[in-house]
Amino acid sequence: MSSHLRTFRLAAWLGWEMESNWTEPWLFAIYSVIKPVAGAFILVVMYLSFTFIQPPTAGMEAANQARFNFIYVGNIFFIFVAATLFGTFQVIQADREWYQTIRYVYMSPIPFYTYIVGRAASKVAVATFAAVITLLFGIFFLGVRVSLDLAEVPIFLAALFLGLLCLVAIGVCLAALSFITAKHVHGLAEGIPGMFYLFCGVLFPLSVLPGWGQGVGKIIPLTYWFDLERRLILPPDTWNYVSTSLPTDNLYTLALLLVSTLAFYFLSILLFRLGEHLARKAGKIDMTTAY
Amino acid sequence: MTATVNRLSLNLRAMFGRSYPRVIGMQREPSWLFFETILPLLGIAAYVFIYKGFFLGLDADPAANERLNAMIGFVVIGGTMIAFWLNVLWSMASQLYWEKEMGNLALYMMAPMSRMALLAGMAVGGMFMTGTRAIVTLVAGIYVFGVVLTVTSPLLILAVFFVTLIALYGMGMMLASLYLLWGREAWHLSALMEEPIFLVSGFYFPAKALGQSIALGASIIPATLGLDALRQLLFPSKALSGIWILPPDTELAILLVLAVLFLFLARASLAYLEVLARREGRLTSRHQ
Repeated sequence: MSSHLRTFRLAAWLGWEMESNWTEPWLFAIYSVIKPVAGAFILVVMYLSFTFIQPPTAGMEAANQARFNFIYVGNIFFIFVAATLFGTFQVIQADREWYQTIRYVYMSPIPFYTYIVGRAASKVAVATFAAVITLLFGIFFLGVRVSLDLAEVPIFLAALFLGLLCLVAIGVCLAALSFITAKHVHGLAEGIPGMFYLFCGVLFPLSVLPGWGQGVGKIIPLTYWFDLERRLILPPDTWNYVSTSLPTDNLYTLALLLVSTLAFYFLSILLFRLGEHLARKAGKIDMTTAY
Repeated sequence: MTATVNRLSLNLRAMFGRSYPRVIGMQREPSWLFFETILPLLGIAAYVFIYKGFFLGLDADPAANERLNAMIGFVVIGGTMIAFWLNVLWSMASQLYWEKEMGNLALYMMAPMSRMALLAGMAVGGMFMTGTRAIVTLVAGIYVFGVVLTVTSPLLILAVFFVTLIALYGMGMMLASLYLLWGREAWHLSALMEEPIFLVSGFYFPAKALGQSIALGASIIPATLGLDALRQLLFPSKALSGIWILPPDTELAILLVLAVLFLFLARASLAYLEVLARREGRLTSRHQ
């Protein structure tokens, strides 16, 4: 256990240094928020373009504002998805292809799974900072309304923790895949979050998707994570205008999230061992695929 | 024994040689096709469904349907161009820096060809690699999302598309040298030039939605004008006439100027880099 903790702590420290020591702290802070804020702004301007091209009719303003709140808050939680997934699976390719240090780290007597999770921790910390800034920006400058009941704070934090664990587990599954594939960082970084973006109802109610798409969304645990966090944080009148066709019992959704997080954790261990075994067998642990 | 090699032939061979691994790499690593073409489509589909969500309940209005078709088309065209922009950032601008980290740059600098031929080879290979993804995105846009394109001036569309690509890759060639000078910050600069550029260049919406002055300022990125011109030519609806930055002919002329300017600046920055390399001797020092 102490070996795991020590590996996690040192890997997190290493990840943080790699993440931040290339510049001054103030510049790093700006850098960390520009990307997510720009991402949120894309949605804002898409919404503005829509209202410019299709001006709202009388009585539609409240519905449009509710939909906008729904999209904006969904996008804030998505910051965790992109950062955590990328932060986890890119460790294999960064260490293997760019720094070419994977052979040394891999040979050292540390649990490699824990090392990867530790490296991802710094990305999660930066994502948390970016999500808070984006939320505050939305509240103060874009009129986004949020209301979190004090009694619901524990369930909100528990869901946040489980969601992040689930994301790390999915990230490790992708890291296992990275062991045996070429330099696909950008395809994975765009594609896998893109899949969650599409099927988890991050930016639009799940009911907008065709039936088969809704089916896919309903078997991804993150769908329930987004829905639960949004349900806790958005004002109740939002749901007069937005229908997600998902269960509305918060405790039930939290239990679902707990079970699926555990399932993904065990799956990640299994896949990680398989990917590692196949890569060792094929001699791919320290391959470089520079095209 | 010495052999005289024609300079043009040497540079063309160098260009072909550098583009070869990018073209052939796709065939040797079939998973590339899935990761680089099919997966990114999902992200684009999400943006399509945002617009569908906005237009929810307006299906009965034919004018709204026409506007929805245009908005989805904007996303599809933007998604096509994103493929090229990401390739410019990660496989052009950052490439020489990575070549240095991997130890190839010293070999490139010692080889007798022009460094411009090397960059041109990277660009041609990159365009080929990315072209596959762009075609898949466009075909998916038409057949999966049912986007109806109105091709009124095919020659102008082709001219805008290819001049935009030349300008974009010219910009990438220029950035490749500059990134090499900037060292480790380069990676972060590329990361920083994703979402903020998607925003100001209007990859998912008409750039003029940000205001005419911001759109004109963002025109330094060739994708801004290229996208605006392509969208005008492919969605020539009167209902959308107020959302364009400039007429397509003017945009093509500006893109031509940008293409020449970036290629010239790429050559100048490469020359500067070589001088600096000889003077300071740190061009091949890794991890700086």
